[in-house]
Amino acid sequence: MTDTTLRLVVIGNGMVGHKLLEELAGTPGLDITVLCEEPRPAYDRVHLSEFFGGKTAEDLSLVAPGFFEQPGFTLRLDAKAVDIDRTTRQVVLADGERLPYDRLVLATGSYPFVPAVTGRDRDGCLVYRTIEDLEAMRHWGAKSRIGVVIGGGLLGLECAKALKDMGLETHVVEFAPRLMTVQVDDMGGRLLRRKIEALGVAVHTGRNTLEITDGGGVGVGGRHAMKFADGSQLLTDMIVFSAGIRPRDELARTAGLIRGERGGILIDNQCKTSDPDIWAIGECALWQGKIFGLVAPGYDMARLVAAQIKGTAKAEFTGADMSTKLKLLGVDVASIGDAQGATPGSLNYLFSDDVAGVYKKLVVSADAKTLLGAVLVGDADDYGSLLQMALNGIPLPAQPESLILPSVEGGAKGLGVDLLPASASICSCNNVSKGDLCAAIEGGATSLGALKKCTKAATSCGGCLPLVKQVLDAELKKSGVLVLNHLCEHFAHSRQELFHLVKLGGQKSFDDVILAHGKGRGCDICKPAVASILASCWNEHVLKPKHAAVQDTNDYFLANIQKDGTYSVVPRIPGGEITPDKLIVIGQVAKDYGLYTKITGGQRIDLFGARVEQLPAIWGALVAAGFESGHAYGKSLRTVKSCVGSTWCRYGVQDSVTMAIRIEERYRGLRSPHKIKMAVSGCTRECAEAQSKDVGVIATEKGWNLYVAGNGGMKPRHAELLAADVDDETLIKLIDRFLMFYIRTGDRLQRTATWIENLEGGLSYVKKVVIDDSLGLCAELEADMAQQVATYECEWKRAITTPETLKRFRHFVNAADADSNIQFVDERGQIRPKSALEKRAVAAGEVTP
Amino acid sequence: MTDAARWTFVCHRDDIVPNTGVAAKVGAAQVAVFRVVAPDGTEDGIFAIDNFDVRAQANVLSRGLIGELTTEQGPVLVVASPIYKNHLCLKTGRCLEDEAWSVKTWAVRCGDDGTIMVRGS
Repeated sequence: MTDTTLRLVVIGNGMVGHKLLEELAGTPGLDITVLCEEPRPAYDRVHLSEFFGGKTAEDLSLVAPGFFEQPGFTLRLDAKAVDIDRTTRQVVLADGERLPYDRLVLATGSYPFVPAVTGRDRDGCLVYRTIEDLEAMRHWGAKSRIGVVIGGGLLGLECAKALKDMGLETHVVEFAPRLMTVQVDDMGGRLLRRKIEALGVAVHTGRNTLEITDGGGVGVGGRHAMKFADGSQLLTDMIVFSAGIRPRDELARTAGLIRGERGGILIDNQCKTSDPDIWAIGECALWQGKIFGLVAPGYDMARLVAAQIKGTAKAEFTGADMSTKLKLLGVDVASIGDAQGATPGSLNYLFSDDVAGVYKKLVVSADAKTLLGAVLVGDADDYGSLLQMALNGIPLPAQPESLILPSVEGGAKGLGVDLLPASASICSCNNVSKGDLCAAIEGGATSLGALKKCTKAATSCGGCLPLVKQVLDAELKKSGVLVLNHLCEHFAHSRQELFHLVKLGGQKSFDDVILAHGKGRGCDICKPAVASILASCWNEHVLKPKHAAVQDTNDYFLANIQKDGTYSVVPRIPGGEITPDKLIVIGQVAKDYGLYTKITGGQRIDLFGARVEQLPAIWGALVAAGFESGHAYGKSLRTVKSCVGSTWCRYGVQDSVTMAIRIEERYRGLRSPHKIKMAVSGCTRECAEAQSKDVGVIATEKGWNLYVAGNGGMKPRHAELLAADVDDETLIKLIDRFLMFYIRTGDRLQRTATWIENLEGGLSYVKKVVIDDSLGLCAELEADMAQQVATYECEWKRAITTPETLKRFRHFVNAADADSNIQFVDERGQIRPKSALEKRAVAAGEVTP
Repeated sequence: MTDAARWTFVCHRDDIVPNTGVAAKVGAAQVAVFRVVAPDGTEDGIFAIDNFDVRAQANVLSRGLIGELTTEQGPVLVVASPIYKNHLCLKTGRCLEDEAWSVKTWAVRCGDDGTIMVRGS
């Protein structure tokens, strides 16, 4: 260490503390020691509730691989600072160790406030702040039936979602007369409450909890009794306190730094505490009487302090915009600027639609010229543009109400991003301005992914993503860059465009399509894509000779090719339900043809090792026993997995098997941009894992919840709730519309999960189209599906009765021989393909075959 | 052996669905024979390459999709292996992705009566 090295100690490795480290990375002459009280370094507390949606602590980590291995960084986990000796400039650790510093940064964050209620220390009374807290919630959730959240603010409602996700009967208890008192007004709060109650969360406002006592319940259903000031009580098994945060300022107290009357370490515009060698940033810091409980102002402070350490500081901390946009329990809520209308003389514009569940309020200046604030509940799509309007003082249009009234077909709405000045802050989390985005786009970041990576915009809360995309599109358009999503060199159209062209143009063969809309002869990219479009549009049998040359081998032989050139056979087993007799048939067929059998993840049986010339006979036997093609080879519906449901299961609330069979038989054979997987669960325990499927159905007491666009595989994605508590007929209708909309607009080989993520407006747009019928398309989508359902036929049944088709099922055109390169060995009592090495050994005579 | 004796009968042209392939047994070897037809119906001809896909180590090339790709040498008629989608030039057997996966071509002729023959090596 040289004399010029600055010893910096940072206490706390939360989101803000870590942002400071990121800003300092690579700065020469720094020796940084980070003290982290928790057992793991920084993680994303903003998305904490996703822990219950399947994310792990590792997924939530904010630490880039190798970050702390950089020279100049020392990370100490489980290290708690207990005092600061300011005279000798040393931090004292819990074990007595003393760490010298030249400069010190306090980034100690906050702790959850637990009101002084008798009984708050009882078992199963928890808080919601750290990953350890979440683990405790999960532990208690597993042995609880009912859960209560105390606190109906932003964190409280996130917490309620976590309880709901664990399958608990969930209650929210709030002291104030409405939910989210800080962000929304009375009317917005009422709508929010109604929506949240509709999701099955009980809301109790205006309740002052006096005491928590024994509920007299043994085990679940009443471990605790909560007694309220109005004399009522509520039985529960676990309680999570989420009634606000308080700054962690105890170190400042012992060290004698100046604190606010109600807590918080006092800082100036440079984030300096009363000791000039010590800064405080984030939720522990008190600036002009205010604690900022959001991550964006904390990041601002971190950047400011980093700049001072690097000697590049010019700016000052000037407070922060506290506007927020959130999705709470699936309900969009946004609050901008002066949402409560506190500015003297301010005026309101209101729009309320109880039917659609949308409430919007604009708060404007007394002269109705500028936007001061806004509240949005149920539909927060306009958040980005309204926020920019408020922040940049952009003059309101002549009719400000047009900003919140539902858009009329053809009418332009909101404000174009072109109106924004370069200084407009687009991503407040990461302090990215429109100018920054434009510069990055000019520098070559011409895709949304590249732009996010390059500028970090939309990488924290993601609220600004639509706006970032708008800026990108506008800039690309201006610079004349065409956004190309062409299918391949033969078609200058996206799959979606081509679908419409074919539907309108009525072309029914690949040759007609390429002559009308493409050029050249096609390739292995566009041929199967066009084949799929033709099947989706006209549902003609894929085996027709005119379609033969454009099918992938799987569709050509109606089976799945394997690495050795053999095929696998998957009969359809709707809903995973099968009779013993049919099981015996499958077993017998496998035995007769020496096939390797394996149970699939989708509750079917896969038979491997069939030679191409064996396929018709195998299917002859299967079809005779009543089996149909399982379409495992097609870009089409694979399976509808189900749990056993209310028929047998003591927890089931609906007959999931019957519904799964109904769905599978409805959509079997449907060709689509990619494969489609579905599942039906008979209760909220979700044994069928429906939330990882393209279409997932979960039974509720009142009907079915429909989830869409989930995915397992390489990039897992939880399905999102499209509709709740719908009856059988509505469910089928919505799935019809959803699937057809996807088939029409999806890209080649794009699963529903990627499709919805790339669709502007995502789920809320899909909802508008398939539920609100915003495009007036629903009748057409349903009719298209009805046509598909009516024209379904089993491809294998057709194939084995068509001599012309049967001709193709042979290995050699000029000999009856089998392919001698297909060779098997025995493994665990079944066949498996020989490896290349094993085949060579035989050829060389080392081993007798 | 006379030249005529070295030619093996494959099938009649009409036995190959336009723009697909078939596998033929030529001596002990396997040959993939393709019939290529332009979208407007013009016959482009018959092509023959090894049926064995070096990359997948399986006799599958006759089951690949036929296409035309633009390369530095201009448009090339190719077949895409159904296993790993490597593209093989129908005229030369060259693999566009990796030379190591290239295959051999076979002499093929289609008589006026539509009879397709491949010459054994």
